[in-house]
Amino acid sequence: MSGKAVRQYARMSCAGILLAMLCGIGGCSGSGSGTQPSGKKEPAKKADVVVWHWMSDRDAVFQELAKQYEGQTGQVVDFQLFAPSEAYSNKVRASAQTKTLPDIFGILAETRDFASFIKAGFVENLTPAMEADNSQWKKAFFEKALAMETFVEGNQFNVNPGIYGVPIDVMNIQFFYNKDLFAQAGLDPEKPPLTFEEFIAVGKKLKAANIQGLVSGWSEIWMINCLADNFAWNLMGRDKITATLKGDVPYSDPDWIRVFSLFKEMQDAGVLATGMITMVNKHAEQTFANGKAAIAFNGTWGVNVYRGMNPKLNYGVFLPPKISDKYPVAVWGGAGSSFKINALSAQKEKALQFLRWMTEVPQQKLLADKTMNLPSNKESAADIIPALKQFSAAMEYAVHPSQLPYSEFPRVVEAMGKGIQLIIIGSKTTQELAAELVALKQEEMKRLEAKKAAGK
Amino acid sequence: MSAVLELKKKYTWKDAPDMLTSYLFIVPALVIFLLFGLYPFLQVFWLSVHSWDGISAVKEFVGLQNFIEVIRDQYWWQAMKQAGYIAFLALTFQNALALILALLVDQDIRGGNAFRVIFYLPPVLSGIVVGLIWGWIYDGNYGLLNKVLEVFGQGQFARAWLADPKTALTCVGIIHMWKGFGWGFVILLAGLQGIPRELYEAADVDGAGSWHKFMHVTIPMMIPVFVLVMILTILGTMQIFDIIASTTNGGPGYATEVPVTRILASMLGSSRFGYSCAQAVVFGVILLIISLTQLHLSKKMKQA
Repeated sequence: MSGKAVRQYARMSCAGILLAMLCGIGGCSGSGSGTQPSGKKEPAKKADVVVWHWMSDRDAVFQELAKQYEGQTGQVVDFQLFAPSEAYSNKVRASAQTKTLPDIFGILAETRDFASFIKAGFVENLTPAMEADNSQWKKAFFEKALAMETFVEGNQFNVNPGIYGVPIDVMNIQFFYNKDLFAQAGLDPEKPPLTFEEFIAVGKKLKAANIQGLVSGWSEIWMINCLADNFAWNLMGRDKITATLKGDVPYSDPDWIRVFSLFKEMQDAGVLATGMITMVNKHAEQTFANGKAAIAFNGTWGVNVYRGMNPKLNYGVFLPPKISDKYPVAVWGGAGSSFKINALSAQKEKALQFLRWMTEVPQQKLLADKTMNLPSNKESAADIIPALKQFSAAMEYAVHPSQLPYSEFPRVVEAMGKGIQLIIIGSKTTQELAAELVALKQEEMKRLEAKKAAGK
Repeated sequence: MSAVLELKKKYTWKDAPDMLTSYLFIVPALVIFLLFGLYPFLQVFWLSVHSWDGISAVKEFVGLQNFIEVIRDQYWWQAMKQAGYIAFLALTFQNALALILALLVDQDIRGGNAFRVIFYLPPVLSGIVVGLIWGWIYDGNYGLLNKVLEVFGQGQFARAWLADPKTALTCVGIIHMWKGFGWGFVILLAGLQGIPRELYEAADVDGAGSWHKFMHVTIPMMIPVFVLVMILTILGTMQIFDIIASTTNGGPGYATEVPVTRILASMLGSSRFGYSCAQAVVFGVILLIISLTQLHLSKKMKQA
């Protein structure tokens, strides 16, 4: 090959590569209504509304709903699935940075992150739409579910008060129990424990019958904190918990010590399955579904999971056992999944119309029937399977940290979960954990005050 | 000689098109490197001196505050120590096993190729899958390990291996070694096969036995390979994550936390992107120091 030919070849190659790169970069930056998910063979119709979601188990129903909506209104809604949820979460954060979020998206994060999205101007305030026509849309939802999408006046994140999301389904976490194993242990399968004492007695009877007691994904500290929260709400009530979060009540308070000690009591009574503190929830679900454990602490989604794993599983559901009569029993829960409207989108109105349609009774019922999730629309929850009905009824007791005006520092939340793990295995005492949490809380409060003083 | 003269040639404007053509060849690679290599790398340094939640447009400059906090973070150093412990296990037991197997397969044994494939299987498996399988082996209730102990009358040692802080880290280390020894095996085997056979023949002529040949021919010739394997082992082990995520999630308590899980906890658990970048920078510097020290020591060993 001559030198001239080589040069020509090089120029053409470089130009080609550069062009491809530019196209690639251009493709990366594409967003909103024009973006297509990978893997589609044919170019889809231009979408009026683009929705990014992470719910692989609900994708087929979402596509079905989109088709129905197009049939009814002529509007094309493009549901784009990005799973797993961690990848989805990262994609949403990255897209926020480049201002390329779609018309509708979800935020899989803590309340403080949700607040950051709002403050950065990425989330539309839906209060006017929710409260239009005598709050018709607002009234359709479970109150607790909508509370998680709401920022009240004077919230600690300094977010303008309002409703910033539309719950698609709701969830709460309760105890599932295997009726056959209860009967095998000589327990009445129709009488699950109501109080903590009864719960401990059940655990002892199961142990005596050589049946594993409680399983749950307690390697994930949020799940262990769920039960701690339930106990705390029942023992202390909303005001004292709020005071703790605010920093007015220390974690060394006897009520908090009592909450931590309950885990030790469960362990000592043999209620907890061996190795539970490093168990991932999927493993816990398999163990319960296979009849190798009698009780599971799991969320609403468990109904669908257990149906898939063992359709013949004969189970019931009960509320967290009562610790005290002072305050109502609490169930950790609220919105399961929800969608937000991109405040920067040119299709805000179309997006709003679609979400309004999606949360109407027929669509919510279809979602509940096909995915076994609890609908966020109260009316459509009237006609669901019995197991889900129990979860629906428990929404009355649902509590969630995001309902409170203050939230705990992440380091304290982590230390509490890890500390309870160590209490369970006897590597830490309740007093030691309380002291650690007090010290951490003080440290974080000081940092916050210093930040406030500096006007940041 | 002519090549040397060619190098010393003075370039004129006439050569510009040729030179431009040459540079055009590296433009795509350069752009990709700058965009996906250098820019994110520098961005980590830049973020490490800022406080940022990963969402808001404002990134507050905090100077060295994040680094000071990393230095004071007891769980960070506990995680470093724990990763160091697994790295120690890998450096010793994993690499010893890899070397023994490499020496055996190097002996032209029957089915050598089959062994190569078998030994190289664990590294190609997903860490998550490996973690889940071993999680079943270590399970406190129905785990294979406890069953085996019972069969051999050692039931008193049965336990929830991954939920006990005394055993969890070592158990995770064993999983990591099982998954990782294949890498060392392949590299060490390639190194062994690269040693000129004449050296062994000469040693035979001199009357050297197997042990002497191993000590005075194999070991010295393998030093660069050992260094490579050691560096890769340390770098790979210190960055262990997937096995931890699928077995213990860092628990019980902080017993199996490693630097990557701490970085992830700061980034996604607490939304402290600046702090997590500071952790990443500290971690990178430590790994760099370890690698340079190792290279330095290996040079000294070679000279000796």
